[in-house]
Amino acid sequence: MYSGIHISQTDERPMYLQIMEQIRQRIAAGDWAAGKELPSIRALAAGLSVSVITVKRAYLDLESEGVIVTRHGKGSFVAEVNGLAGELQEAKLDEHLEAAAVIARGLGLTDEELAARLRRAARDLEKKK
Amino acid sequence: MSTFNPIEFRGVRKAFRFFTLDDLSLDLEPGQIMGFVGPNGAGKSTTIRLALGLLTPDAGEVRLFGHRMPEAQAVAKRDIGYVSDEMRLFQNATVGWHLRFVASIYPGWDEDYARTLLKRFNLRTEQTVKGLSSGEQMKAVLLLALARRPKLLVLDEPTANFDPVARHEVLGEFTDVLRDESRSILFSSHNTVDVERISDRIAFIDRGRLIDSRDKEDFLERWRRIELQVPAGATLPEIPHVVGRESDGQFATLTINQFTKDTLARLGGAVRRVHRMSLEEIFVANVMHHRETRSS
Repeated sequence: MYSGIHISQTDERPMYLQIMEQIRQRIAAGDWAAGKELPSIRALAAGLSVSVITVKRAYLDLESEGVIVTRHGKGSFVAEVNGLAGELQEAKLDEHLEAAAVIARGLGLTDEELAARLRRAARDLEKKK
Repeated sequence: MSTFNPIEFRGVRKAFRFFTLDDLSLDLEPGQIMGFVGPNGAGKSTTIRLALGLLTPDAGEVRLFGHRMPEAQAVAKRDIGYVSDEMRLFQNATVGWHLRFVASIYPGWDEDYARTLLKRFNLRTEQTVKGLSSGEQMKAVLLLALARRPKLLVLDEPTANFDPVARHEVLGEFTDVLRDESRSILFSSHNTVDVERISDRIAFIDRGRLIDSRDKEDFLERWRRIELQVPAGATLPEIPHVVGRESDGQFATLTINQFTKDTLARLGGAVRRVHRMSLEEIFVANVMHHRETRSS
């Protein structure tokens, strides 16, 4: 049924994050278009054999991120936001930048040195084109 | 539509010669799966027997769908499907005989669902019970309870005798029941992986006391294990909600039951890693902490 979404026991992330991530991927890839109705919380929970509260948590967090909208009594839908895929990509970028900043801190690099490295990486990418 | 909770315990006490269940308050709401977790002899089965009206509390109140137990046993039982791993079927009768027998007693029996479950569980009506493996017998018992479509399923160690494939099958059936938001499940288990996966609410019980009961996501969000390195001579700032502490030289591990961003801010640079905890780890840490607090 919703067999595309799956829960991995060896994934360190909690189950609700795994569900969120896979829904975001479908939306970012355009498989789930704006306005598409998501499976009901109870249907998805039954389909994945996980508790209702886990799916509820995933939907609530996706809603507060603006990725989906829930209309009371009607269900949840992919949000009608222009460039939502872009927003998700930007969020992803921020995540990676934050990770880079953490490593830079560990290496004792200053913010300026980190920025210089990023510029160099961007230049290298240009050359490869 | 009734607004009563399927299960309500208020300050329940039940004393035996060598064991006392005390001060037990518990709520199971409609549409929820509650996982009931405790070591052997913690009082899980006693609690379940009280819920079913098989035992009378010495003090406090047990209600099922608003009916006081054990007085309203007959009324409440109509709506409950109870399964324990101690249940035995008639060894010389067939699976089909059991199906017809249970169908004749309970008006809610769903023959189509029973047929579907037979296929899913790989059971056949013409098989005699004594020819089934213990796991298959347990599946047959579960089938008989599920096909009645009771409003409340009470399952005592339902997955104890199952291989991984059978466990996967029956856990799927349990979560399937919850498609209907008026139905609920209480199940006890040692298997914290099963409980972590399918429960909405979790209750921990140890030595006759309920030690913690809350939404599963709450447990998983609040408990953390934090690895620290504290340079020699430096002291760690006091932080609240530490329930476990182990240290060796500069290295220490804290177990915290109300983790927030503030916890990390207070610990500052000493933090090396923060680990989420599995339900099993949370359960063990919770029990140990509770025992220490009680004995001191």
